[in-house]
Amino acid sequence: MDLADIINGQKPLTVVRQPTAHDSAEKHMTGAAVYVDDIREPVGTLHAAPGYAPIAAGRVTRLDLEAVKKAPGVVDVLTAEDIPGVNDISPKHLGDDPAITPDKVMFYGQVLFVVLAETRDQARRAVKLARISTAPAMPVIDVDDAIVADTKIHADYGFTRGDPAEEISRAPKEITGEFRMGGQEHFYLEGQAALAIPGEDGDMMIYSSTQHPSEVQHVTAHVLGLASNQVTVEVRRMGGGFGGKESQATQWAVLAALGARKTGRPCKLRLDRDDDMIMTGKRHDFRVDYRVGVGKDGVLRAVDVTFSARCGYSEDLSLGVVDRTAFHADGAYFYPTCRIVTRRMRTNTVSNTAFRGFGGPQGKLFAERMMDHIAYAIGRDPLDVRKANIYAGAGRDRTPYNMRVEDNILPEIINDLERTSDYWARRREIADFNASSPVLKKGIALTPVKFGISFTLIHLNQAGALVHVYRDGSISLNHGGTEMGQGLFVKVAQVVAEEFGVGLDKVKITATSTAKVPNTAPTAASAGTDLNAQAALAACRAIKERLFDFIQEKYGVGRDRIQFREGKVLIGNEAMEFGQLANEAHLARVSLSSTGFYKTPKIHWDRAKASGRPFYYFAYGAACSEVTVDTMTGEMKVDRVDILHDVGKSINPAIDIGQIEGGFIQGMGWLTTEQLVWDSAGRLQTHAPSTYKIPAASDVPKDFRVALYESGGNREDAIYRSKAVGEPPLMLAISVFSAITDAIASLKPAVMPRLDAPATPEAIMRAIRATTGGDL
Amino acid sequence: MRNTIRFIRKGRMVELGAVEPTAMLLDYLREVEGAKGTKEGCREGDCGACTVAIGKLRDGRLAYEPVNSCIHFVGQVDGCEVVTVEDLASEDGTLHPVQAAMVEHHGSQCGFCTPGFVMSLFTLYQGTKGALTRDQVNDWIAGNLCRCTGYRPIVDAAIAACGKTRRDRFAVNAGDTAGLLSFLADTDDVFVGDEDRFIAAPGSIDSLAALYERHPDATIVSGATDVGLWVTKQMRDLPKIILTGRARGFDHIADTGYELMIGAGATYAEVEPYFRALDPDLGELLRRLGSKQVRAVGTVGGNIANGSPIGDTPPALIALDATLELRKGKQERSIPIESFFIDYGKQSRERGELVTGILIPKLSANQIFRCFKVSKRFDQDISSVMGAFRFTVGEDGAISEARIAYGGMAPIPKRAKRAEQALTGAQLRDSRAWARAFAALREDFTPIDDHRASARYRTETAHALLGKALIEAAGTASTRTRLVGRREVA
Repeated sequence: MDLADIINGQKPLTVVRQPTAHDSAEKHMTGAAVYVDDIREPVGTLHAAPGYAPIAAGRVTRLDLEAVKKAPGVVDVLTAEDIPGVNDISPKHLGDDPAITPDKVMFYGQVLFVVLAETRDQARRAVKLARISTAPAMPVIDVDDAIVADTKIHADYGFTRGDPAEEISRAPKEITGEFRMGGQEHFYLEGQAALAIPGEDGDMMIYSSTQHPSEVQHVTAHVLGLASNQVTVEVRRMGGGFGGKESQATQWAVLAALGARKTGRPCKLRLDRDDDMIMTGKRHDFRVDYRVGVGKDGVLRAVDVTFSARCGYSEDLSLGVVDRTAFHADGAYFYPTCRIVTRRMRTNTVSNTAFRGFGGPQGKLFAERMMDHIAYAIGRDPLDVRKANIYAGAGRDRTPYNMRVEDNILPEIINDLERTSDYWARRREIADFNASSPVLKKGIALTPVKFGISFTLIHLNQAGALVHVYRDGSISLNHGGTEMGQGLFVKVAQVVAEEFGVGLDKVKITATSTAKVPNTAPTAASAGTDLNAQAALAACRAIKERLFDFIQEKYGVGRDRIQFREGKVLIGNEAMEFGQLANEAHLARVSLSSTGFYKTPKIHWDRAKASGRPFYYFAYGAACSEVTVDTMTGEMKVDRVDILHDVGKSINPAIDIGQIEGGFIQGMGWLTTEQLVWDSAGRLQTHAPSTYKIPAASDVPKDFRVALYESGGNREDAIYRSKAVGEPPLMLAISVFSAITDAIASLKPAVMPRLDAPATPEAIMRAIRATTGGDL
Repeated sequence: MRNTIRFIRKGRMVELGAVEPTAMLLDYLREVEGAKGTKEGCREGDCGACTVAIGKLRDGRLAYEPVNSCIHFVGQVDGCEVVTVEDLASEDGTLHPVQAAMVEHHGSQCGFCTPGFVMSLFTLYQGTKGALTRDQVNDWIAGNLCRCTGYRPIVDAAIAACGKTRRDRFAVNAGDTAGLLSFLADTDDVFVGDEDRFIAAPGSIDSLAALYERHPDATIVSGATDVGLWVTKQMRDLPKIILTGRARGFDHIADTGYELMIGAGATYAEVEPYFRALDPDLGELLRRLGSKQVRAVGTVGGNIANGSPIGDTPPALIALDATLELRKGKQERSIPIESFFIDYGKQSRERGELVTGILIPKLSANQIFRCFKVSKRFDQDISSVMGAFRFTVGEDGAISEARIAYGGMAPIPKRAKRAEQALTGAQLRDSRAWARAFAALREDFTPIDDHRASARYRTETAHALLGKALIEAAGTASTRTRLVGRREVA
């Protein structure tokens, strides 16, 4: 369906743009939705439990597994020696990420062995019986340690424009600062899980809770010494992913497959929650050092910023993640001159990985903090400073990586939100409140979001689909995207139903399988719908082309007089059930099955030269948050949040609003209650929901107003002119962090509160003391 | 003596003759029944994905309570009905009103937490009348974590479906279910296993005390909200489990007019209204303790007996000058609650001795009580610092007695005796006395750094909480001093 047709009213949309419920909603409610651990296990299935390194660095000198092997129910124990292929699970085959480490230990929690037992309980109990002798080395735990030790997983990378050092020295005002932001545990409610079933010829069938079935397939083949065509990976749904199952679901599938391979029995590995939190990577935490030059009006002249990221012990996805930090270090602002440096520090901690936003939020948090810093330093309202620096027309529309921002709608969005949130009146009320409230102080902030859409690793911007139409008119839909709750499956199904003019009930959504669509990209980068719906559409159109030809041949009616709508096919003045047409076409030997393929146009990127157009388009939004801080204890409550977010023309507004609200709350958790703590020996101390606090229901702002921006649609030809929505809303939560900063700043004029993320009560108290002159 | 565990599933009695002492209800459902709808998210009672509803008779009426099945021993459901997410929809597939509302409001995304939310909302549906506020729903689902939706649609669904006249088949069948439950409600001692490995649920306090005296190496379990984790996380083998839940009278609560008598087996949920009536801060403390699921089964007695340095009720009970009652065999004794806590992991409790009750003096007209909890998250979190204060003020405006106790500041819940001394005899509004008390407080404690807070933050916060208590005692409204748990009705 072309946009022109829609505008011309040729066929009103009936499925697309509807706020349809998630395809599995009823099954979620009744417990009928099947996750990996819910699959009925074949008789004889073994259960695997990993045993891990009790030190952060050094070597295992002796691994005594005698007691483990003798424990009740234990069938076998896997060690590195059992690996028939290459002992490496790194996404790019870098050889830095063993499935089971032979003896060298790189973080506390690294897998040393895997127990296979008749029950999961027996496997977990047996793990505890291992006697592990070690020769510990001094671990490198955090970014500061790594900077001192100068350990990196990759060369520094960044963008430079002009001579920022010179511009800063000439600027009327120079501002310097440093701050830290914590990482974030994904806390997908369904932990990592995989079930491997051995087949004939050494083949392996794997049910995995993964965002990247193709990678699980390829890496399993690599580790087991098989060809990719011998391994099939299937995933119907995940109980949440958020990036945590992009590269890091692989290891558990590989280990289950290894167990199945060695014993010839099906093998399941589902991590215990604490093990999951200890053994899998998180959002990268950063230290940021910056120096900027501004005019008296707060307009930027130059930005010099260095991001130092804790990457953990191996590369994993850190190259791309931290690149995206550099890509988003501009926030939504024009930097006339700049030097953006990103450093990828190697530490003896779990390898950090993808997490919703993929490094972008960290870059953006810096940009917004810099805006706050400028505002408090020169005495202007932070919103005015933001507006003065936002991307604008020619001359102020080039990103630091030299891509033009062609689709900027932020000025309009900010204007609208400024009005609907009543920002200025509330700003005055808050000043009055603070003047008469010695203990409780309020703050408000309105911050924008601009997020680049496309994988910056260009080859990932492709997708495949497989569509079958059966003789009864029912449709089977398959594509390379995975469902983790984000509503991808229902959106793609809406596009397919719309294309064939049938109801959603005619489209059977099927599990993602490497046997149906090969060589897929991970479901990530917010691009799931953009890529897979286009691929599915291409498959539908290929089938429709054949149907048009068939109708022309049989009924002599041209395509301009054929419509697929309301479950029927209108052929000239006649109507026929879609199923009848399918059957007639089949009898006339017309193929009713097709693959579809899509690759994102326009994008290109040369990383070495730092030039090109890495993003197809940008997604935009803005949020205004108001908070109250208790200046005696540092406790904080979010009182009201207004969000205006751009999803282009939505395929499914209910799903999109769900992404916006959920993303916002998740981002708020990252910046407030969610604190990861490692001790000096490198042991994660916050490895369960009892100690790691994601937002609960009462943390949601009491007054929470979320609206979709009334958009003319994506200016690029994305599917039905919609926009990607998975990641961008997470960064709306930076408004909460800025509002907290604002509340603390009310204590002393012209001082930028030195607040680190997450803003726990203790961090807020420390910032208050730093602002008012005491210390904590 | 009965040697089986009996409960109701789907309208029929299930009777189990062989039960591993530490078998968990979640594993029974998923592995034995093969009912995979109930999910394991954390296996420690914090995420609520495993929530099921437990039906029991309360004052002769059927009531449903949410529990975390991952840390609920199978033995604990003896005499109860167990309802899971698979049971709610009608046989013809019609969704239960809470399920339908959740679909309509887009209350699920990944769906993994959903069965737990549905079951929590099911108990809300059964248990409330009248329109619900967002705060009420937030409280009810504080023990259910969702990582996808941001909760707003779930709360909307709850408000739409709950608090109305009940029309579901559980309401229709309530009479039959109550009949079945009364049939199961015998008074026998339950003992499953042998002398070396058993799960027992004595039917009276006498037989509970006798059994524990005979097996002092057994583990006493009331709600299992802590002991459950010894099994699921520490993988400890606990061969002998004695459940308190069937002991008649062990959960007795009485208000004598001048004191509260709380049986050690009374759950937080049962105690909550009495605590709230004693003082709103005490009610707020319980509201923020654990979650609905935890409070449905956890007990004040257990909170004391396991001697946690950060248990939330002990500091409050110390400030209130409560008395603890203990019993070994037939031997009974009473001690001031503060003397129960000797050192980290060490309590004044002999082998085979039970905590049986707590006596809490109510506040007199000249006493002011305050308690505050500071944690990273407001709901369902463990305190970084918890402070409780009781000031007795004479007609002359002087503090005749100050009782101040903290959690999270020492290896045990502990009084701040130097600070108390600094205030005793001083005028309530004497800021110099306050300053002396703040200084003295620093002498009272040497807290530690851990993942919840640094020692410095704990010290500062202990000071801040005493300050808040004094400011409020001196007359400042808590609307000006607090973000949550305000005493005044807005």
